[in-house]
Amino acid sequence: MKIATRESFGRALCELAKTHPDIVVLDADLAAATKTDIFKKEYPDRFFDCGISEANMIGVSAGLAACGKVPFAASFAMFATGRAYEQIRNSVGYPHLNVKIAGSHAGISVGEDGATHQCCEDLALMRTIPGMVVLNPADHYEMTEAVKAAYEYDGPVYIRLGRLAIDTFNDPDTYKFELGKGITLKEGNDVTVIATGLIVNEALKAVRALEEKGINARLINIHTIKPIDKDIIIKAAQETGRIITVEEHSIIGGLGEAVCSVTSEYCPVTVKRIGIDDIYGHSGPALGLWAEFGLDAEGLEKRIVELMK
Amino acid sequence: MTNQEILEMQKIACKVRIWTIEGVFNAKSGHPGGSLSAADMMTYLYFKEMNVDPKDPKNPDRDRFVLSKGHCCPALYAALALKGYFSTDEIKILRHIGAMLQGHPDMKNTPGVDMSSGSLGQGVSAACGMALAGKLDKKDYRVYAMLGDGECEEGQVWEAAMFASHMKLDNLCLIVDFNGLQIDGHVNDVAGLEPLDKKFEGFGFEVIKINGNDFNEIESALEKAKTVKGKPTVIIANTIKGKGVSYMENQVGWHGKAPNADEYKIAIDELNAQLKELEG
Repeated sequence: MKIATRESFGRALCELAKTHPDIVVLDADLAAATKTDIFKKEYPDRFFDCGISEANMIGVSAGLAACGKVPFAASFAMFATGRAYEQIRNSVGYPHLNVKIAGSHAGISVGEDGATHQCCEDLALMRTIPGMVVLNPADHYEMTEAVKAAYEYDGPVYIRLGRLAIDTFNDPDTYKFELGKGITLKEGNDVTVIATGLIVNEALKAVRALEEKGINARLINIHTIKPIDKDIIIKAAQETGRIITVEEHSIIGGLGEAVCSVTSEYCPVTVKRIGIDDIYGHSGPALGLWAEFGLDAEGLEKRIVELMK
Repeated sequence: MTNQEILEMQKIACKVRIWTIEGVFNAKSGHPGGSLSAADMMTYLYFKEMNVDPKDPKNPDRDRFVLSKGHCCPALYAALALKGYFSTDEIKILRHIGAMLQGHPDMKNTPGVDMSSGSLGQGVSAACGMALAGKLDKKDYRVYAMLGDGECEEGQVWEAAMFASHMKLDNLCLIVDFNGLQIDGHVNDVAGLEPLDKKFEGFGFEVIKINGNDFNEIESALEKAKTVKGKPTVIIANTIKGKGVSYMENQVGWHGKAPNADEYKIAIDELNAQLKELEG
């Protein structure tokens, strides 16, 4: 099944709202894109379009949360976390209000819209806010559970959503989401690949291909960037001796550096970061950009081999 | 209001000013000018207008107050302490390490503070959210947000203003403490704020202009605001920055500076003399 995590997000919100009347949803003129329009259709009285004013949307969400509501505020990752960063820090983070922020169209897989809309800094920005939980689900099933977990956590949460429809790879019958816990998708002891978000699926294809070539890589999916699962990282460092991180985000401040902060303090090993180097993206089809930036399965496979040399 | 009631308000406002000076002096920092200009309106809100109970500060049915111009919290803390939310002893250690009272309002740790604030413009949006929640829950509480005139230079104020009138938040009342001064000078010299009333009218607000240091005018404005239906109200309150302390009045330099020991004594003596006169 191919489905974008933004679509999964919209559906999950709608489902959750059935039994939780305190959920309200806000958007900033992007409901059709963030897929909060699914909720809007079902619950028009609990949906508020703030227009193109992300700063105000975050502040209104804070006020709603201060009165007992559980607001989910959605926009593109660029504007939700970039433009409204300070509102999130001061009006939501500092008073630890129960606001959930959803940033869609994250990473370069926004595609044709180009650099102004390709947010590769959202995870870094949100990680710096004390008490903020940062989630980056990898497929439909993971997103569905992540939305529930975000609701159940009492405090601010950032959830990253993708534009691109991607294959599901988790098994809905056995999948279990635990906030702050990484998931080992494939065992292996030659190297550990730690991936997050949409690119996990590409990493999975890459490590399977590598196995056929005799490289037995472990693959860990980190859906919770913060608080990060220290144990699974330390264990991987001890058992495989080297780590490669993969993310559709700047190599500055995202998963790669979060992993480095764990290894450097608890079990220093070499960590190589694959992601968006310190540059902007540009226009093009999503899959073409992934290939260009070496983030598709083929590219990852090559880079993992190179980095292991 | 009867003359006796006005006199009572004036006495409380004078005490709010005294504790404002105590707080800022002991902190050796803070913002006396805008606290003193707003003291009368905060006094009226907490001692006459708002349905609040210091013994039950989280009551979901209470009226809310958001001090969007959060730097003027010395006056808010004074009003809250005098109302009984916490001891005035807390004011003596305002801004000290380990103190409950922070340099800008902290809703998590200070009873009676309905919203953390301090970064200008943000409180108006939060007040909109509170008013919207009241509408959703069909509660009849009102939400008041006080902002500075200089604060109206923040774009977020106008995003929030557009939202408030679009959502018909008639349970929301903004109060602009128009003391005319901001850090860099007169508001109209710094950024050309006027005509502020026309701006708010254009954004769909009921606009009421008053002298914000006059209790009769404060009362009639707040009473009128309660009768406005289908749109939010803004009270543009002309005030004197530094009101009550002779050498601070209308002086831009007292925006964000604490008095030294000599200045402190002059201020407290002046305010005590005013209080004595009020008490007859």
